[in-house]
Amino acid sequence: MDPAARNTRRALLLAAPALGGFAAFWLLPMARLVSVGASGPDGASAYLAVVTNPRYFRSLASTVVLSMGVTVATLAISLVAGIFLQRNRFPGRGLLVSLMTLPLAFPGVVVGFLVILLAGRQGLIGDVTSWLFGEKTVFAYGMGGLFLGYLYFSIPRVILTIMAAVEKLDPALEEAARSLGASTWQVTRDVVLPGLAPAMISSAAICFATSMGAFGTAFTLATQIDVLPITIYNEFTNYANFAMAASLSIVLGVITWAALAGARTLAGSGVAAAA
Amino acid sequence: MAVAIRLESCAKTFADGTRALEPISIDIAAGETVVVLGPSGCGKTTILRIVAGLESPDGGGRVFFDREDVTALPIEKRGVGMVFQSYALFPNMTVAQNVGYGLRVRKLPREERQKRVAEMLALVDLERFAARRVDQLSGGQRQRVALARALAIRPRVLLLDEPLTALDAKLREQLRVEIDRLLRSLGITAVYVTHDQAEAMALGDRIVVMERGRIAQAGTPQEIYLRPATPFVAEFIGTMNRLVGEVVDGHLVVAAGRVPLGGIAAREIMFRPEDVRIVEPGAHHLRATVVASFFLGDHTRLVVDAGSAAPLVVETRARRKWPRGETVHLALAEGAVLALPGASP
Amino acid sequence: MTGPSPRLSPKAEGAKRKPARYWLQLAFTLAVCAFLVVPVFMSILAGLTQNFFVGLNSGLTLRWVGEVWGLYSDTIWRSIGIALACLACTIVLGVPAAYSLARARNRLTRWIEELLVLPVAVPGLATALALILLYGTWREFRASWLFILVGHVLFTLPFMVRSVLAVMMSVDLAALEEAAASLGASFPRRFATVVLPNVRPGILAGALMVLTLSMGEFNLTWMLHTPLTKTLPVGLADSYASMRLEIGSAYTLVFLVMIVPLLVAMQWAATRMERKGA
Repeated sequence: MDPAARNTRRALLLAAPALGGFAAFWLLPMARLVSVGASGPDGASAYLAVVTNPRYFRSLASTVVLSMGVTVATLAISLVAGIFLQRNRFPGRGLLVSLMTLPLAFPGVVVGFLVILLAGRQGLIGDVTSWLFGEKTVFAYGMGGLFLGYLYFSIPRVILTIMAAVEKLDPALEEAARSLGASTWQVTRDVVLPGLAPAMISSAAICFATSMGAFGTAFTLATQIDVLPITIYNEFTNYANFAMAASLSIVLGVITWAALAGARTLAGSGVAAAA
Repeated sequence: MAVAIRLESCAKTFADGTRALEPISIDIAAGETVVVLGPSGCGKTTILRIVAGLESPDGGGRVFFDREDVTALPIEKRGVGMVFQSYALFPNMTVAQNVGYGLRVRKLPREERQKRVAEMLALVDLERFAARRVDQLSGGQRQRVALARALAIRPRVLLLDEPLTALDAKLREQLRVEIDRLLRSLGITAVYVTHDQAEAMALGDRIVVMERGRIAQAGTPQEIYLRPATPFVAEFIGTMNRLVGEVVDGHLVVAAGRVPLGGIAAREIMFRPEDVRIVEPGAHHLRATVVASFFLGDHTRLVVDAGSAAPLVVETRARRKWPRGETVHLALAEGAVLALPGASP
Repeated sequence: MTGPSPRLSPKAEGAKRKPARYWLQLAFTLAVCAFLVVPVFMSILAGLTQNFFVGLNSGLTLRWVGEVWGLYSDTIWRSIGIALACLACTIVLGVPAAYSLARARNRLTRWIEELLVLPVAVPGLATALALILLYGTWREFRASWLFILVGHVLFTLPFMVRSVLAVMMSVDLAALEEAAASLGASFPRRFATVVLPNVRPGILAGALMVLTLSMGEFNLTWMLHTPLTKTLPVGLADSYASMRLEIGSAYTLVFLVMIVPLLVAMQWAATRMERKGA
């Protein structure tokens, strides 16, 4: 047989175990999920419930708004800090970077707990504000706390991506701009930021998708926070409304997948979220 | 140990439809070094890979080692030694481990293996580097390790895929000599692929010039250079001058003068730059004006305008300056004039 | 490049008097870092003080850590076990898959790459629901730790594949394999002696990633677990909800102690790979 064809066939065979497991444990279950989603009293229109039903729509809307807010805030913060860290060397920089990327591995639950430590009833912020203003500020158990928590696990990831992208920027472009008389701000606006655009797009998508699908943080802070993953969880566990839970989670999955796929086409490289 | 190679009607069409090779047949004698020469995309690497067993020829094509039909034999079983363009040295192994890899695969006992590895390293002058890791070596050294590794298994055939292309000019010349010495002393059958015609001329017992998947000409370096069979071969090997004119009385008459044709009857002739001499007015065949001159150290290349479609190239050893616009008088050496089959009569 | 370089090295830049901008950015970056790090320290402290509300003055103690061990040691062992099993599975499934993606570069393999990433692109909640709906009725499977393992492997496999694939693409595998084949090596032999040794850095980086992700996985595991198959993050959620702050903190401390070395190792492995140009 043609050696080239033989090699290709053998190579494809080697992917079979992974694919087989994937088909059995993800594709098939997902197919079942889709069909269960359509098996409720509303049938296939349950998939539109996220838009037609006001309760679910509110849940989706607040999740989207929250995720977008987190994305914008994270990008802004990470750009300033990331560019600064990558371009300036000072004693302790390495340690700073390592410390900032620690939360990468924290599960949402731990982040929720840390938010409580910061902004909960006995939180640090509450102590500080009561000492400063006499009033204890507690916001951990609502959207404010969730926002803080999502910020917490998004910043490390995005900062790392931005720093890596800054390192790959061609210094010659900025030097050319400066030789033409551009000020630092103009160089940043016209050369650096456009150069970072792919990295910004892909990290924004990851940030958005992760926030949309995050569960642990909201779960720890309060099971009554109205974000879509919590709604899905409640439908499944408390109301045993499997069809609704299934259809809502499919819709959520499609949204996060679409965000990542869209960013991939825009930015042109491998992108995936990690919760 | 050396075997003869025979390719019978080997063609190759790739899966995406590209036709890399038209049916060709080649006979290589045992111990001969054949250089397959041509520009990129001409199919020369494909021929090598078919001999190696990395590609199989389209239906009907056959490969023989001596009288054995090896067409269906995969490369693992063909007993060829191959030197790759990128050397493909194993980064996870030392030099000695690389060279001994094929012997380990053949389950040679350790003592014998070590002896053979030492022998090979001595052959390529790298004994001191046996324990080095591959990434610590220079380009030339890596090339020699690749050679030693291919030779260690005592292959029936040695196949070299543009082994010197990645090296700088000086190193290339040096290694060319070494490879030539090695091939001759080993008496092994070798197929050498390159796009560098100087290399081909230096190393080949015979050269096969390829053009777009076909053999343009096969012959000794002298035959190829002095009697090119097609315009492509003529222009690919070295530089060729062309003149078109009218045949009058055994001479080719052009605007710049008349060139004795010496028996050839063709309106278009070709000749090599080194066969043109600069002479005194009166003894000349052509008058031309200098367009540019390049002092290349051991000779000067002159580009002159003789009123033909393309400027002529002349080589001279005279050490003087050639200002632009100066008139020169040229004479062709005897036997320098070539006409090609297919050139209009 | 002749003449003096027009570009100032970062060191030379710093030697000039720094503009206010620099100090502002530094302060901002430090503030961000504080935001990320201070709660962690608070948590560590809380887990080690006698009484969180009294603070450090109540003295340091390991009793909370001791209590955590008494209550939750099974979750710790289970998480470690599942992480190691997950690692084994992702290596066995992922390395060959990465090889096939690296060698057979065609449309089919691009689809496969996309497919494998789906469990990561889609919320863990959805994957878990899907698994429960299809396999929930199979009692033995549903109640065993293997159920959780399946979820973890689905989630971590793309990371192992991607890590190994990156290294495979940076090495000219085709040429190396052809060279080994020309020397007579059969496929299994050259896979073991030539392919695998050269992708070791990728497997190492992938392994650290898989271990870290598996140990910290919650979204999937919360849905898939049963009271008898709790993992560490599941236990953490429990303790935050029902136990006093000191115990939750001590438990978090235990988690940090396990995960931080892995993170450090990942950073070290990454810089090592960068230096080697992989």
